[in-house]
Amino acid sequence: MIGNLDITVLQQLWWLIASVVGSLFLMLTFVQGGQTLIFTLPASEEEKSLIVNAMGRKWELTFTTLVLFGGALFAAFPLFYATSFGGAYWVWMLILFTFVLQAVSYEYRKKPNNVLGARTYEIFMFLNGSVGILLIGAAVGTFFTGSRFSLGTYNQVTWGTPYHGLEAALNYFNVAFGLFLVFLARTLGALYLVNHVNHEALVARARKASLINLALSLPFLLTVLYGLLTMPGFAVDPATGVVSLEQGKYLHNLLGMPIVLVLLLVGLVSVVWGVVATALLNKNRGIWFGGLGTVLVGLAVFSLAGYHGTAFYPSLTDLQSSLTIYNASSSKFTLTVMSYVALGVPFVLAYVAYVWRVMDSKQLTLAELTTGEDARKMY
Amino acid sequence: MGNDILMTVNWSRAQFALTAMYHWIFVPLTLGLSFLVAFFESIYVKTGDESWKKLTKFWMTLFGINFAIGVATGIIMEFQFGTNWSNYSWMVGDIFGAPLAVEGIFAFFLEATFFAVMFFGWERASKRFHLFSTWMVAIGSNLSAVWILVANGWMQNPVAMAFNPDKARFEMQNFFDVALSPTAVQKFTHTTSSSFLLASLFVMGISGLFLLQNRHKEMAKRSMVVASVLGLVSSGFAAFNGDESAFHIAHRQPMKLAAMEGLYTGTEKAPIVAMGIINPDKKPGDNLPAFKQEVIVPGMLSLLANRDPNSFVPGINDLVYGNPTRKIVGAQERIASGKIAVAELAKYKEAKKAGDQAGAQAALALFNQHKDNLGYGYLNRPEEAVPPVALTFYAFHIMVGLGTFFPIVFLCVLFCSVRGTLENHRWLSAICFACLFLGYVASQAGWVVAEVGRQPWAIEGLLPVGVASTAIAAGSVKTTFFIFLFLFTGLLIAEIGIMVKQIKIGPEA
Repeated sequence: MIGNLDITVLQQLWWLIASVVGSLFLMLTFVQGGQTLIFTLPASEEEKSLIVNAMGRKWELTFTTLVLFGGALFAAFPLFYATSFGGAYWVWMLILFTFVLQAVSYEYRKKPNNVLGARTYEIFMFLNGSVGILLIGAAVGTFFTGSRFSLGTYNQVTWGTPYHGLEAALNYFNVAFGLFLVFLARTLGALYLVNHVNHEALVARARKASLINLALSLPFLLTVLYGLLTMPGFAVDPATGVVSLEQGKYLHNLLGMPIVLVLLLVGLVSVVWGVVATALLNKNRGIWFGGLGTVLVGLAVFSLAGYHGTAFYPSLTDLQSSLTIYNASSSKFTLTVMSYVALGVPFVLAYVAYVWRVMDSKQLTLAELTTGEDARKMY
Repeated sequence: MGNDILMTVNWSRAQFALTAMYHWIFVPLTLGLSFLVAFFESIYVKTGDESWKKLTKFWMTLFGINFAIGVATGIIMEFQFGTNWSNYSWMVGDIFGAPLAVEGIFAFFLEATFFAVMFFGWERASKRFHLFSTWMVAIGSNLSAVWILVANGWMQNPVAMAFNPDKARFEMQNFFDVALSPTAVQKFTHTTSSSFLLASLFVMGISGLFLLQNRHKEMAKRSMVVASVLGLVSSGFAAFNGDESAFHIAHRQPMKLAAMEGLYTGTEKAPIVAMGIINPDKKPGDNLPAFKQEVIVPGMLSLLANRDPNSFVPGINDLVYGNPTRKIVGAQERIASGKIAVAELAKYKEAKKAGDQAGAQAALALFNQHKDNLGYGYLNRPEEAVPPVALTFYAFHIMVGLGTFFPIVFLCVLFCSVRGTLENHRWLSAICFACLFLGYVASQAGWVVAEVGRQPWAIEGLLPVGVASTAIAAGSVKTTFFIFLFLFTGLLIAEIGIMVKQIKIGPEA
C-alpha cells in the first residue's frame, strides 16, 4: 500500500513524521528545563538530588529522541542534514558539546572520585539546559529567518559567513525563539517535578516556578508570534520549484492551513492551562497538558516551515539554493522503505508508555534516595 | 586538491578517528557486559540466591558508568557525518541514513526506556519485569550495533544502489540486500562476538584482581566461570567469522587484504606473514623488500583468501598498476576511466541546465560507460589508492595474535574453575588482569584494520574521503578536534577514576 503512494505524499508524510519526533523532543526538554532549576529551586542538597534524580529517570529518552530526530532527518531529508550540519558547523557542534556533557553528568555527579566534583557536573547540566536549548531554538529559528549558504552543482554546501551558524544568534527572532524554548523547558520541568516528586516544600516552589517561567516566556513567545505573522517568508512555486520572497508568507500559511492554526492555539492554551491548573489550582497533572500543548505547538511550527509551498531551510545568499521538503528528500524507494519501518513506531510508543507508567506510578521520595534498594546508584 | 582542502580533510579524518576510537573504548564493554549482567540476574531470579543479586548489582554499576560515556561519545558520531562529511551525507544519505533511523527507532529506544527500570526499578518493578528490562537493555544495545554495522558494512562493500546523475547521489535499490549483505552480517557477528570476548576479559580481569587481593573471592569465582564460558564461545565465533570476513575482504577489498599482509607482489601460494617488521622505505612499484624481518607460513594467505593454498592473491602493485596476465585492472587505468566519468557528468549537468537534450544524452551515455570508476576520477595518482600499509599490517597482526591468545586464557580459567583450584593459581589471576588491557588493545586494533585499511575511500571504490568532506576552514575542524581531545580525555579520566573507586568499594558497599 505504501509503495503505491506518490513521492510527494511520501515527502509530506516524512516531514510530518520528522515534525512529530522534533515536537516530542521539545516536550521532553522538560529534562533540560529541570536541569536549569537545580541552582534556584531547591533549598538543600537533598532537594537538589531529588530534582536531579527525577530528571535522571528520563534524560535518556530526551537524548534518544534527539538522536532519532537527527536520524530521521538524515534518512528522509539528507540534503538538509548535509547542508545544515555541514554549514552551520559551530552551532551544531556547540549543541552537541552540551549534550555530551549532559550524558555523563547524571551518572558521575554523585559517584565518589569523580575527579571534577559534583558542582562541575551540575554546571554541565545547567549548560545543557540553557545554552543547548537556546541554540536549538536559534537553529530552528533559521527555518524562518534563513541562513547564508549556497549549493553547488553537486549540492555541495558553501556557507556564506566565517561564523558557520553562530550568526544565527545575532537575529532577534532566532534569539527570541531560543529563549522561549528555554523558559518553556523550565516551565515543563517545574510541572514534571510537581507530578513526580513527593516533597511538599519543593513541590510548592515548583508550582510557583512554573508560573514565573511561563510569564518569563511570554515576551519571547509574543516576539516570535509577531515575527511569524509579519515577516516575509520563502515561498516555493509548486510547478517550477522556484523560490521567492513573499510578504506575510507564514500568516498566509496559517490562514491557508486552518488545522495548523488550531494546533497552535490549542497547544498554547493547553500549556497555559497546565500551568494554571498546577500553580493556581494545586493540581498535579499539569505536565500532561503542558507536554501535549508543547507537542501541538511544535507541530504547528514545523508545519508552518515545511508545508503550503514553503522552503523550510531558506538561503539568504541564493534563494534557489533554499531547501524544500521536495528537493531535499531521499528517493521514493528509501522513503517507502522508511515508511514501512515507521509502522513500528506505535509499538515503540506503547512500551515507552508502559514503562513510564511502571516507573512513575509512585512519586520519588527523599527516603528512596537515601535508604532505598537503589540508593547506591542514585544520581 | 588545494592545500587548505587537504588540511580540512585530514583534520576531519583525525577527528573522526579520535571520536570513533574513544567511542569504541566504551561500546564493546556495553555490548558484552549487558548480556553478562543479564545472565547473572537470570541466575539470581532462577535460584533466588541473594549473593547473585549482589553480584549482578556490582557489575551493573560498572556497566552504568561505562554506558553513560558511551552514549556521550556516540551522539558525536552520528552528527559528525553531517558536520564534517556533508558531501558524504548527501551523496549516500539515501542509503546510509535509513539504517541510522532504524537504529534510533528500534534499538536506542529499547535501551533508553528499559535502562531506567534496570537501574532504578528494583523496588518499582516486579522481579521478573526487572529481569525482562535487563534483557531488553542487552538486546537493545546489540540491536543498535546491528544497524550501525549494516551502515559500516555498506561503506566497506557498497551494494544494492545506483548512481542518479540528476541528483548527483547514490540511491538505494534494495533495502534487504543492504541489510543482509555478507559484509554487514560479518561485521555484526565479528564485532559483537569480539565485544562479548572483551566484556568477558573485563569481568575476568577485575575478578582476577579481587582474587589477587583476597577480596570478594566467592563473587569473583562465580563471575569468572560465567565470563570464561561466554569468552570461550565468543572466541570461537570471532575466529570463525573473522576468517569469513577475511575471505570476503579478499574479494571485495583486495587492496585492504594486501595491506593487512604487506603483500606488494601478487603470487600463487601466497604466504601469511605470521610475524614481521615492515620496511618503512618500501613504496609501491619499487624493488625494495617489503619486510626487514618476517616469519611466513607458505600458502596460508591463498588458503585464507580463496580456500585454495595454490591460488593467486593479488598484491598492492597488481592493484595499483594492473596485471593484464591475471586480468586485474589497476588503479592507474581506473583513474583514467574515472576522470572521463567526472568530466562527462559535468558535461551532462551543463547540457541539462542549458536545455541541450542531445548533448545531455551523449554525455550520459559516455558517463554510463565509465561510472563504475567515478570515485577513482577524484584520485590524482594510482598510489593514492593504497592505504597506510604499516598501520594496517601491525593492527591486523596485533588483533589476530591477541585473539589467538585469549581463548587459551579462557580455557585455563574454566578448567581451574571446574577443578575448584582457581584461587590457587595466582599467576592466572594476574594474567586475567593483564588481559583486561590487552582486550582493549585487540578491540581498537580491529577497528584500525577495518577503517584505515579502507582508505582512501569513504565508500569503497566510489567516494574518496577527499570528496566526502565538508568545505569548511581547516582551522574550525582543528579547533573542534582539540576540544574533543580534551573533553573526551577529561571524561575518560573521570570515568576511570569512578570505575576504580567502585571496584575498590566492591559489591558489599
